[in-house]
Amino acid sequence: MSARTKGIAAAQMGRRSDRKRNRLATILFLGPAALILGLLVYSIVYTVGRSLFDAYGGFVGIANYKRVFTEPRMLVAVRNNAIWVAIVPAAVTSLGLIFAVLTERIRWSSAFRMVMFMPLVISGLAAGVTFRFMYAGDPNVGFMNAVVQKAVHIAKPPGLYPGARLSVDDFAIAVDGAFESKSPVAVGQQANFAMAAIRPALVPENATELSVPAPVADGISGVVWLDFLSGGRGTRGQPDPGKQGLPGIRVEAVKDGKVVGAAYTQNDGTYTITGLAPGEYTIRLSEASFRQPFGGYYWLGRDFIIPALIIAYIWINTGFSLMMIGAGLSAINRDLLEAARTEGANEWQVFRHITVPSLMPVVMVVFVRAIISVLKIFDLVLVIAPESVQADATVLALEMWNAAFGGMNDHGLGSALATILFLLILPVMLSNIRRFRLEQ
Amino acid sequence: MIATKQQGRVRQALRFVQKRAVDIIMLVVAIIWLVPTVGLFVQSLRSGADIGQSGWWTALANPRTLTLNSYIRLLSQPTMIRALKNTFIITIPSTILVVGVAALAAYALSWIPFKGRETIFLVIVGLQVVPTQMAFIPAAQLFRLTGIFGTVQGVIVFHLAFGLPFAVFLLRNFMGNMPRALLEAAQMDGAGHFLIFSKILLPLTMPAIASLSIFQFLWVWNDMMIALIFAEPANAPLTTAIYSQMRTFASNVDVIAPGAFLQMLVPLVIFFVFQRQLVDGIMGGSIKD
Repeated sequence: MSARTKGIAAAQMGRRSDRKRNRLATILFLGPAALILGLLVYSIVYTVGRSLFDAYGGFVGIANYKRVFTEPRMLVAVRNNAIWVAIVPAAVTSLGLIFAVLTERIRWSSAFRMVMFMPLVISGLAAGVTFRFMYAGDPNVGFMNAVVQKAVHIAKPPGLYPGARLSVDDFAIAVDGAFESKSPVAVGQQANFAMAAIRPALVPENATELSVPAPVADGISGVVWLDFLSGGRGTRGQPDPGKQGLPGIRVEAVKDGKVVGAAYTQNDGTYTITGLAPGEYTIRLSEASFRQPFGGYYWLGRDFIIPALIIAYIWINTGFSLMMIGAGLSAINRDLLEAARTEGANEWQVFRHITVPSLMPVVMVVFVRAIISVLKIFDLVLVIAPESVQADATVLALEMWNAAFGGMNDHGLGSALATILFLLILPVMLSNIRRFRLEQ
Repeated sequence: MIATKQQGRVRQALRFVQKRAVDIIMLVVAIIWLVPTVGLFVQSLRSGADIGQSGWWTALANPRTLTLNSYIRLLSQPTMIRALKNTFIITIPSTILVVGVAALAAYALSWIPFKGRETIFLVIVGLQVVPTQMAFIPAAQLFRLTGIFGTVQGVIVFHLAFGLPFAVFLLRNFMGNMPRALLEAAQMDGAGHFLIFSKILLPLTMPAIASLSIFQFLWVWNDMMIALIFAEPANAPLTTAIYSQMRTFASNVDVIAPGAFLQMLVPLVIFFVFQRQLVDGIMGGSIKD
């Protein structure tokens, strides 16, 4: 045997022992992971198969799937998931895009990013509890309604005498929160209003005993008073001495549906609308004086629960889009932007024609991730939606849990619901796999 | 004179607003984003009666109404102490197991040639997005069969299964980018796989392992869904223990508020200390450079 063949033989032997060593190492290194991933694959196959059987294990074909798309409660879940997918991924992606572009223009961008990322590390439970407090119905307790109330009150301030009624209905009637004389009042005459259902605490301190004003030639005068005397004295509907005038009420003279004159009541409840052309006018106490304060939206009720959940979700997840899109943005070629600017492109054109197209790949990643995450939504709904509205707020993942573990113990229906989620996510999974196969 | 002075001041203010418009908008956004967390924190320092009667922002004007009583009460409840302990008992092993098993697998997938390597990696890529719901029912049956349903072990095994795909993916990408020459040199010197893995690759992979550990820790710490199914009440972590109090939300606010804040405190601390690694971990799975 020559030295050369000896060398080859040794190399071959080395390779063979190498292969043996590799096989052993593969088993030891990959074994634990392979075992668990194998169980995962088995689970998927099992669940898909199990979805074709009923709760007791009898084969039912696609009956479980039919149930998902026919039973009212399931349909609500399907509808809600559709609403989530239609609104939320677009919302978090565009917010992330906007904030990412704007953070480039502030000097404290890292602090801003930190604030926005923070909710990402908070559990669905803690975020849910946080928003349960935010959504408390009473504007004095819940922050959301406190803010909404502030805004509403700027546009429509509450009246001085919310909830007031007419004491007697012989002269006037209530119309849309205002009080109108039943028949028109001629210039030179008087229009008096006796009011009730005003808590003494609501009567302003400057209010004094009522007085009855003198008639005026070119207008209409009158008095508005609180029709109450302690001890049951006085006559209902009569301006008896001792009853209190109600100041600050806007009184309007209306002709053909148009306000042609107005005045506010004085401390003694009197008012005088002057400068009226001869004729007859409907006299009205403005609705603004009796408007109730804004009582708050019932965020946790059936009508608002989905927007309420979506707001919480956006609060949690916008940081993620900001992070991803921000990273994409900082990878854009600065020279390209500068070149465009020196060529005379304005900021919007630069954004529209350079920034957005170069960000497209990362925006798509963020958007798709949001769809997946929204389809799987579970914790937030369970924690924020009170049990009384859970049937309105429910989603597929929640129904899956209910069906399989929440008393029904229907593993068939539960498997069908899980499989539907899986099928919805399958296209993403396949496209991920294809992308990596191409890369390898 | 005064009028022109005022006009000048208004104009100045307008110019300031114009120049700082972006800063102002972003400041408002940042404040909006901070409000919920601050709100929960303040609530956790108020009595149950106060929480039910007035908004937390009123306490800012009147800080003397704030107390630590709720926390003291919470931490004197045996169930909550046990839940806190359970959270650690579940989270720490889950994190270590996922990172350990994934590191071994990632090594095999990047540095040991064997048949079917690509296929296994593609399966792992695919498994990353599979909804956890797909495994609830078979896992529950398997756990009942092996007697770990309801136990901490069951919860850990489930977290291990769903944490692995992302973990392997992340670490394989990291290890795969190591210079080939380095490993070949080690092999020439006769180093075996275990030696190369533990002495060369593992130290070099530390940044990725740190990111992954933090990410996985938070994932498990924050989980409620898996614990809801696989942990019986005695083994419940904080999330489900607090959730079980929410059935009667209004009367339990003085436990729920401090409990929820305590539950989020650990993630927040981790966030502030390890922000860099955390961001790397979250983005690692999605952006390939």
